[in-house]
Amino acid sequence: MRIVLENVHKVFNQGRPNAHEAIRGVSLSIEPNRVTCLKGASGSGKSTLLSMIGCLSRPTAGRIHLGERLLSGLPERFLTDIRRHTFGFIFQQFNLISGLSVLENIMLPAYPLAPDHRQLTATASALLDRFGLAHKARNPVQWLSGGEAQRVAICRALINDPRILIADEPTANLDTRLSRDFMEQIRRLRESGRTVLITSHDPVVFDSPVVERVIELCDGQVVGG
Amino acid sequence: MGWLRHQRYLLDFIIASLLRRKGKNLGLLLVYSLIVFMLASVMLFTHALKREMGQVLQASPEIILQRIEAGRHALIPADYLRKIGRLRGVTARKGRLWGYFYDPAVRANYTLMVAPERRLADSEVIIGSAIARTRGIGPGDYLTFRAHDGEAYSFRVRELLASDTELFSADLVLMSERAFRVSQGVAEGWYTDIVLSVSNPLELAKIAEKLTLRLPDTRPILREEILRTYDSIFSWRQGILFVLLLGAILAFVIFAWDKASGLSAEERREIGILKAVGWETGDVLRMKFWEGAILSLMAFLLGYLLAYLHVFHASASLFEPVLKGWAVLYPAFRLTPVIDGLQVATLFFFSVFPYVVATIIPIWQVSVTDPDAVMR
Repeated sequence: MRIVLENVHKVFNQGRPNAHEAIRGVSLSIEPNRVTCLKGASGSGKSTLLSMIGCLSRPTAGRIHLGERLLSGLPERFLTDIRRHTFGFIFQQFNLISGLSVLENIMLPAYPLAPDHRQLTATASALLDRFGLAHKARNPVQWLSGGEAQRVAICRALINDPRILIADEPTANLDTRLSRDFMEQIRRLRESGRTVLITSHDPVVFDSPVVERVIELCDGQVVGG
Repeated sequence: MGWLRHQRYLLDFIIASLLRRKGKNLGLLLVYSLIVFMLASVMLFTHALKREMGQVLQASPEIILQRIEAGRHALIPADYLRKIGRLRGVTARKGRLWGYFYDPAVRANYTLMVAPERRLADSEVIIGSAIARTRGIGPGDYLTFRAHDGEAYSFRVRELLASDTELFSADLVLMSERAFRVSQGVAEGWYTDIVLSVSNPLELAKIAEKLTLRLPDTRPILREEILRTYDSIFSWRQGILFVLLLGAILAFVIFAWDKASGLSAEERREIGILKAVGWETGDVLRMKFWEGAILSLMAFLLGYLLAYLHVFHASASLFEPVLKGWAVLYPAFRLTPVIDGLQVATLFFFSVFPYVVATIIPIWQVSVTDPDAVMR
């Protein structure tokens, strides 16, 4: 599914003295089944743009299309439904829920869809196996190393088998070796036919041969790519 | 099927959530249960006591006639029994002799009463179990009274009153008419009051009216009035206890409000994560609602169960001095377990409902915002 943005604006605290325009009239098209990187310095607006594409927030103005659907005008319930079925998220801080086990964390996004429990556990276990974490399934997530936590985050992003994977600064908390490992996993996901959208200002990411397109942002505007 | 599975997944997550914050939730459960326990104890005890009183008083005479002198209860002449005349509906009438005796040895008041049907010898008494306990005496022992004229009279205890009537008979001393008159200085031809039995309750008001007209210096007291008075006394005592408990309740409200309204950064983050990974606002609200409901329901059940055991199996030992009201002679008796549906519903409404609402409002505020904003 192609993602198309038309003159998208995002203003935080609109109408207040501390209003801040994070995205200023961005228009672009993101091709399906490709790895696209949004590059830019901190505060350039790349995470804000990514959250709007992933239906985590709405644009203040402009339109966002996902395939034939117009996302920007949809009510909350429909956005949640699209988010649930179409997107998988890998967050900068991994955002795993501490106190729950690795397996429970991975299964969380599937709870609202209420699949058969055995089938869900089997899918989650297969994912853990694929990312070399099968032996950690019952461990609480707070016991994991940075690299392991990120792989759990990837498993969680994949549990509902989404077509588009969104990763916000995925290597910010990883060293170079783990960052390269992560890009290798992205390559495999790309090969499985998924669209991958990454934000990063890490050269390991945007200079990686896995990334097919780099879009550069500065002060909320597209300046390259 | 899908809906059921959805609820099961929610429940799994809720239980895991509650267990994750074991210390905090356990503390909350304990404080919450304690509040319910205290409130339910007072309610159960007062209700059971009122019922017990009501049942005991059912056997008492329908009308008590007292003579009033200078606005106070005075002895009534025996010929008032004749002066009453024929009254339609009155099936029996008799004079009663009773009074109080202060025993300085145990600093307690006894109720002295003449019981002709017991056929007591002039040197014999029958006493309530609380007197026997306090004085450490039993059948065959002697109980000495200082009479109105300073003379000391000793009575042999013939038997103790049955413990199933202890609520009323704890401080009771039954004696013969002669023993009462001599020791208390009540001359022949006088009674403490007169009791009348009436079989049709609809006639009570009319009979009372006729009595007031025929004997203007008397006041008839109806059994219903006594019941009402007892009812108010116990309601008043219940109110006093509730006021005393108000501090504890307020502390709990502040505690619960603080817990409920001040969502921690961790909780806000979790709600954001759940929404980001595809949970609907409704799912988050349902989950948090059930979390609060499970906790408050458990506290309610635990508190109520403990209160039930406290009141009906431990004689409400924590509150009995306030609620029973006797100063020295506490009756020891088992209340008949009784649960009033309306009372349970009231307690439930005022304990579970506010907590669940207080929990759900701040969560609703967080969960309707964009997940992106929650996570920033």
